[in-house]
This record gives sequence, C-alpha cells and structure tokens, in this order.
Amino acid sequence: MSEALIAEPKQAAGEVVLEARDLERHYEIGRSGLFAQAATVKALRGASFSLRAGETLAVVGESGCGKSTLARLVTMIEEPTAGSLKIDGIDVATATAAERRQLRRAVQIVFQDPYGSLNPRQKVGTMLEEPLKINTSDDAATRRRKAMEMLERVGLRREHYERYPHMFSGGQRQRIAIARALMLRPRILVLDEPVSALDVSIQAQVLNILAKLQEEFGLAYLFISHDLSVVKHVADQVMVMYLGRPVEEGPREEIFENPRHPYTRALLSATPVADPNRRRERIQLKGELPSPISPPSGCSFHPRCPLCFEPCPVDRPELLPHGRARVACHAVTD
Amino acid sequence: MSLLDIRNLTVEFRTAQGPFRAVDGVDLVVDQGEILSIVGESGSGKSVAMLATMGLLPWTATVTADRMAFDGHDLLTMSRRERRRIVGRDMAMIFQEPMTSLNPCFTVGFQIKETLRYHLGLDRKAAHERAVELMRQVGIPEPERRLSAFPHQMSGGMSQRCMIAMALACKPKLLIADEPTTALDVTIQAQILDLLVGLQRDSGMGLVLITHDMGVVAETAERVVVQYAGQQVEQQDVKALFEDPHHPYTAALLAALPERATSKELPSIPGVVPGQGDRPTGCLFNPRCRFATDHCRKVVPPHASSEMGRALCHYPLRHGVPTGHPAHMEAAS
Amino acid sequence: MSEAIEPVGDKARLDTPPSVLREFWHYFSENRGAVIGLTIFLLLVAAAIAAPLLAPYSPTGQFRDALLKPPIWQEGADPRFLLGTDAVGRDILSRLIYGARFSLFIGTVVVILALVTGVILGLVAGYFGGWLDTGIMRVMDVILAFPSLLLALVLVAILGPGLMNAMIAIALVLQPHFVRLTRAAVMSERGRDYVTAARVAGAGRLRLMFVTILPNCLAPLIVQATLSFSTAILDAAALGFLGMGAQPPTPEWGTMLAEAREFILRAWWVVTFPGLMILITVLAINLTGDGLRDALDPKLKRS
Repeated sequence: MSEALIAEPKQAAGEVVLEARDLERHYEIGRSGLFAQAATVKALRGASFSLRAGETLAVVGESGCGKSTLARLVTMIEEPTAGSLKIDGIDVATATAAERRQLRRAVQIVFQDPYGSLNPRQKVGTMLEEPLKINTSDDAATRRRKAMEMLERVGLRREHYERYPHMFSGGQRQRIAIARALMLRPRILVLDEPVSALDVSIQAQVLNILAKLQEEFGLAYLFISHDLSVVKHVADQVMVMYLGRPVEEGPREEIFENPRHPYTRALLSATPVADPNRRRERIQLKGELPSPISPPSGCSFHPRCPLCFEPCPVDRPELLPHGRARVACHAVTD
Repeated sequence: MSLLDIRNLTVEFRTAQGPFRAVDGVDLVVDQGEILSIVGESGSGKSVAMLATMGLLPWTATVTADRMAFDGHDLLTMSRRERRRIVGRDMAMIFQEPMTSLNPCFTVGFQIKETLRYHLGLDRKAAHERAVELMRQVGIPEPERRLSAFPHQMSGGMSQRCMIAMALACKPKLLIADEPTTALDVTIQAQILDLLVGLQRDSGMGLVLITHDMGVVAETAERVVVQYAGQQVEQQDVKALFEDPHHPYTAALLAALPERATSKELPSIPGVVPGQGDRPTGCLFNPRCRFATDHCRKVVPPHASSEMGRALCHYPLRHGVPTGHPAHMEAAS
Repeated sequence: MSEAIEPVGDKARLDTPPSVLREFWHYFSENRGAVIGLTIFLLLVAAAIAAPLLAPYSPTGQFRDALLKPPIWQEGADPRFLLGTDAVGRDILSRLIYGARFSLFIGTVVVILALVTGVILGLVAGYFGGWLDTGIMRVMDVILAFPSLLLALVLVAILGPGLMNAMIAIALVLQPHFVRLTRAAVMSERGRDYVTAARVAGAGRLRLMFVTILPNCLAPLIVQATLSFSTAILDAAALGFLGMGAQPPTPEWGTMLAEAREFILRAWWVVTFPGLMILITVLAINLTGDGLRDALDPKLKRS
C-alpha cells in the first residue's frame, strides 16, 4: 500500500473527538387538516455522549428512537434545536466559517441503503474524487491516485474506477460508499445501519473491512444499528435509545452481560439467537412503539414496561451511574 | 400423506438477456403441523419457489415440476379456477412488506371481510363477527374500532397482524410466511414470531417460514432447507443443522454470523452469489468454497444421503471435515 | 485479513459491463415504430443539411411558364417538376426540401429555449421549495390555463409577426411542461441519500443542483424534449398558416399551406404535400419519443 494516505500522523488513541451534551432536535410536521395545528416531533430529546478516537460507539434502538436524527446532527446536515456538539474540541454552533469547513471534513457518513447512496449518473472515480475537488487543492493526477489507492484499500480493483454504480452488487456498493467517506481522511465516521441491507455473507466482508480501516486510520465510529448481534461484535461503547432519549449507556460487556434497563433487557431477549438449543422465554413487551409526536409522560417507556411503578408515569428518570454503565430508570437501584 | 409435496421444481424467467433459472430442481415436503424454514440470501430463489406453488408468478415465468401436490390435489393439472379456490383458502401467504400488502384505498375490515365472503360465502353479519374474532386472535386491541381503520393509520406491526388475520380468515392448512418480520423492529418481530408459532401450534396448520435470518430460523423452525442460487443445498432438522452443517455453504454462512464469531475478524465468504451472466460450471458454490477442487468446478454434484442432509456437495462435511476430499484423505492417512 | 481485502470476484459481470449506450440501443431497438421514426427523422435531417445539393431548383425561383403544374404522374404535368409547381411557378419539391431546414431549425431553437429556461426554473422551484416554488408554479399554472395556440398568437401579436418571434412565443408556451417535470424529479431526488452524501462532502448549492441532482432528472426531460420538438413544428406551422409565423416567400411548410389555401379545390398538390410533410415529420418524432421513453424509463423496463 502506498504511504501517501497514511503519512499523516495517527490520532492519539483515546482522545475525545466528539462530545455531545443534551442534544435535542425538534421537527415541525405538516398539518393534517386545514385547521389543525402544526405538530412538533421531538425526534431527539437530550442525548449526551462522547466518542474517542479509535473507538466504536454503537447507538441501538428501534424505529423512532432518534438514531438517524443523531446521525444528521453529527454530520452537520442539520442544526441541533438545543444542546451543544463539540467536534475535535470545537463547538459546532459557534464555529467560524473556516472552522466549519474543517469540521465538515472531519465527519463523514455511510448510509444504510447502498442503492440509494451512490449517484447513479456518476462514475465511481468521479464520486470518490468529488470530496477532494470541493475541499482540497489537489490536482487531477493526485486526486486520481488517491481514489485508486482508496479503491484498493476497501477491497475493490483499480479497473472499477471507470464504472458506474449499477454494475456493482450491494456489498461492493457499500465498499464504494465507505471509500468515498474516507477520501477526506475524516476522524469520525458515522455508520448509519451500514450492513443491515446486506446478506449475511456480504455483511461479514463489510464488517471486516470496517474493522481494518478503523485500525489503519484510527477512526472513531458512531455505529447506528438495530441489530444487537452486529453491535455486540463491533462496539466498544453502547448507547441504547428509546423515543429520542438514551436509556442505558456503557461499555459493551456491561450492556450485554449485565443489562439493567428493562428496555435493554427486552431488546436483548427479543433478538433472535442463532442457536436452537438456547430457545428461551422472551420478555414480551406489551403494545407498540408510541408515536414520537406525543411521547408518554414521565419515563416514555412506562406504558410497555414490566417494572412500571408509581413514579414512572410522572417523573422522568435521569441517566445515573450504575456499575460501569449509566441507566435512566426508577426501578434500577443497585 | 404430506400436506405439500413438490418434486424437482424449476422456475425459469424469460428476460431480455435470455432465460434465467431462479429455482433449480427443488424438492419440498411439508407435513401438517410442521414448521419448515427456507433460508437463503437474496437471489437464492426462496420466495420464487413458494410463489410458484401459489401460482402467483408473472407470465414471464415458466414453472415445471415432476410433482406438485397440495393436500391430495395435483396443482399441475388443476384448472386456474380450481386453483384460485385453493389459493387463499387452504393455502395462504403473508409477505415482507405489510405496508404495501394491504390496499391503501379500503379499510382493513373491508379487506378481511372480502376474503371471508369470497371464499366462505359468509353474509355481512357473519363476516363481521368472524373478522372481529380474527382480529382478536392475532392480538389487535379494540378490534371493532380497528376494522374501520385504513392501512396508513396503522403501524407496521399492526399491519402485519392484519395480514396474518386475513391469511387465517379461512383456516388455511398451510401458511407461507415470506420474510414476515424483516421490515419490523426487533421487539415487534419477537411479538409476530411468537404469534405465528402460537397460531400454528393451536391450529395444527403447516407453516413455511422464508427468511434470511439464521436467528429467526433457530428460534422458530423445526426443519430447515438451505437454498443457494436457486438450488437446495441442504435439508436438516434445525438442531442438527446448527450443530453439524453438512454443506460448506451452510457452514460458512453460520460461521459468518457476528454472534458466533470468536475473533474480531469474521470468517466471511468471498465473492457474491452468482447472477444471471456468471453462473459457474459444476457446483454453483465452487468459486466461493474453501474446499473446491477441479472436480467441483467440472462436475455437478449429486445430493448426498439424507443423514448427510441431502447436501448438494461432492465432499459433504462431517463435523467441519469434508468427507472423501482428496486433501483431507491424505491428511488422514 | 487477506480474505476480506481480496478483490471481489464477480468477474463475468464486471469485466464486460454492458455500455450505457448499447443497453439503451437494446431497449430502443425493441420498439420497431421508434426505429422507423428515427430513420425518417435522420433522413429529414440529412435532407435539410444537403438541401442545396438535393433540391433541383432554388426554393424561391419562379418559372413563369409553369404555374400550378400537377405532379409528374398526373396529366398535364411538366416533367421538370417532380411534385408540380405552385401558383407562382415555384418547384414544390425544392420548397419542401428547403422547408425541412426551417422546421428542424424551429424545433431545435424552441426546444432549447424551453428546455433551458424550464429546467432552471424547475430546478429552483424543486430545490428551494417554499414561496419561491409556489410563486413559480402559479405563474406556470397561469400559462397552462390558456389554450396554447391562442397564447402564442397573442404573444406574436404583441411582439410582431415573424419567425423569430413565433419561436419565442412557442417556447414560452411549451416551457411550463419542462418546469413541472423538472420540479417533480428534483423533489423526489432531493431527499435521496446520495444527495445528502454530497452535502456531507461539502458540495455547495449550485453544485448540488446542477452536478448532483440534474443528471438524474434527465430521462423524462429528454422524452419531453422530443415530444415538444414535434409540438413546436406543429405550432410554428399553425402560426405560419395564420400568417403570424414565417413570412412569404420563406418556404416554411405552414406558410406554404397558407399561400396555397385558395387553390385547395383546383390544385390539390399545393396543399397536400406540405401537409403530408408536417404529418410525417411530427409522426416520426413522436414515435421516436415513445421509443426513448421506453428505453429511458426504468419503470417500464422488463427484466
């Protein structure tokens, strides 16, 4: 492999590259009737976390839990309604134009659907070079060389440079998407369900590449997923979200070995395990996911919670340290 | 007598690039009260085989089979009219996308009652009562109110419950569920799977569960058929399959699951499922197989014995070791 | 790690990728009408380009000794004039060949005018949305609310008769279709992941609009452009017929019809041939347009 790309000094492992405090994001949604009031969806209602270089923070939750909104905030596609977001120690809200440009380069994203995330009218080469063209002063030859190198890094061939996305399979497209995200040498990569649209055998290939690239570039991953078996494999830290708010957060072993929040437990027990000898009784959750337009009062999980008692419908539990994790639940006392 | 009996089913699609064989020589037997799971990646022909059984394929498809019988009726010689009467009544199907499987123009109640009236000839009142009963059976709260709801007013889980209610409307003998939980959230998936298994146990119908998720297979199925590129590569009881897979593809697929991983590096299967233009000669899995030899590249493998899971392989695995494989023969001797 | 970074196989499919053009031709050629239409259209283009070589006489040259001569297969024909002559003794064949130049010129200019303005307006409306979108679309609705030929007539009446003004008027009348199509396509593409990815990569507004989104909206626009081409020719002919388009002695087909109006009963060929030319041209282009739609619209593609 060429030295050009890895010549820059590696980031010091463990350095905090992303810090979020009480992030909130609200959306106004259209009126359903002529005279109805516009409703506000609180997609994200106070998320705090930090992410270190070389580490993977997995954000887990079901639809409507705010994980995709979180991805849009971290990649600066949208502005948070409230709360602060610091990337590389610079606050996004107060950053100057030059700083913002620099921050944009530091965070890149890989989407879930490899068929929708690649521009069908762009050749792979053009696609990989676009970020360089916009953000750097590299000449055409340098851009081409960097794109070629990146192609090889993600396990594609140099010939693929001249091809259009429709000639590739889902797994190969996801490799291209990863290559494009890495062209600007970001420090943080947001992975929004990067393997959930892929078949098992392809999923393993992509996960392996992601692990290899994280090692090489010292990347911090914000890994968004609903698949706990994948999360268990890739994550260092895990954050479980429910209706826009983290309910439990901590190191992977702690979350998987010793889940405290009833939602985390339900989620773990609901995830099918590929072992027919371990068929166990699931913790059945009652009912459906509530709509984020009108989340339940107090702890938003209380209508479905098996441990629900008096304070739950009234008081919103704070995220408090329990063991090595932090849990937001009135019923957890240890 | 088995409920569904299919021998040597082949489905070919006519495409602009020539014929494409989506299903290739599949044998399938489903007994009453059994849960059979068909597993495979995209392009393995698992859904097409079942759609062919239901007679729901577009006109570009050619279906051939040596035998295709359902509950004693021969589906091959049956007239379209007779077949329509069976499909939907004795043999029902639910699909992956509950949101698009329901007609958005009509209320859920109308759609369920339509099935009841068409197949069972119930009058309005009886149909309504049966619909409410069905809705209750699939765990929908406030069934009377929900009957007048339109599909867009319901969540994915609720829509899938309605699809199941519709499928169960005529007490089918066989229910085919095509990736019924793939589009749903994990906790909802668990609810739907439990519901399906519970209903199957109560009614004693046969259940064919098509899925790509090995976890779902392990938790629900009794017997498993593994498909690859339109071919049936292995057929075993679920426990035996997970303990000792006989086909290298099954073995590799299980090894590639993150939850079974022993190291950070997952043992992935190189390459992709062959498409229309690049079907290999000999064994279809040979370009991606760890054990492939020249023999595999030239000769189409036969099905192994049934204690070897009818594995479609020259060297079926026993406890991870290919039997009769030249390299391993030397190592053993 | 060797296994994971090994280049992915899939050789047969990737090593001989069907080129975009060849795939396009494959779908296009399945439609026989479209191929015939395209052939006729290409012949017309060739005739227009080579008009001075093909036409036996000048389009405006008058033969005082041969007024209203019928085509060659009729009694009393003059063997010099294959399709006969008109009331002032001009060779109809020559005029038709030269007329192709005008018709194609009109079609091209009108389509380019309508396409460029329509695409820009549609892109702006679809990308920005809000009041800008509402404003642009209401104006388009107003234009669409008029009968198109009537509006073109009014515009020509204001601008003054003449070929150039007629083309501007027709372009203005046709352009709302492009605005609507572009806007709809842009709105559906705008939310796609690849657009977001380009934004994350730092692409600015103009780049997003013209480089990222626009190429993905082209397929329906190309089809609409083809169909508008024939409408433009037809409208120009109509304006010419009403005396508001090209002025005599220009050998424009519509104008030729207008001049020949009074001889309809006496000399059928003076009206029939220009009319036939318009019919054939418009039909050929429409057939081509249908074929293009089949070939470019992925929804209609049969797998």
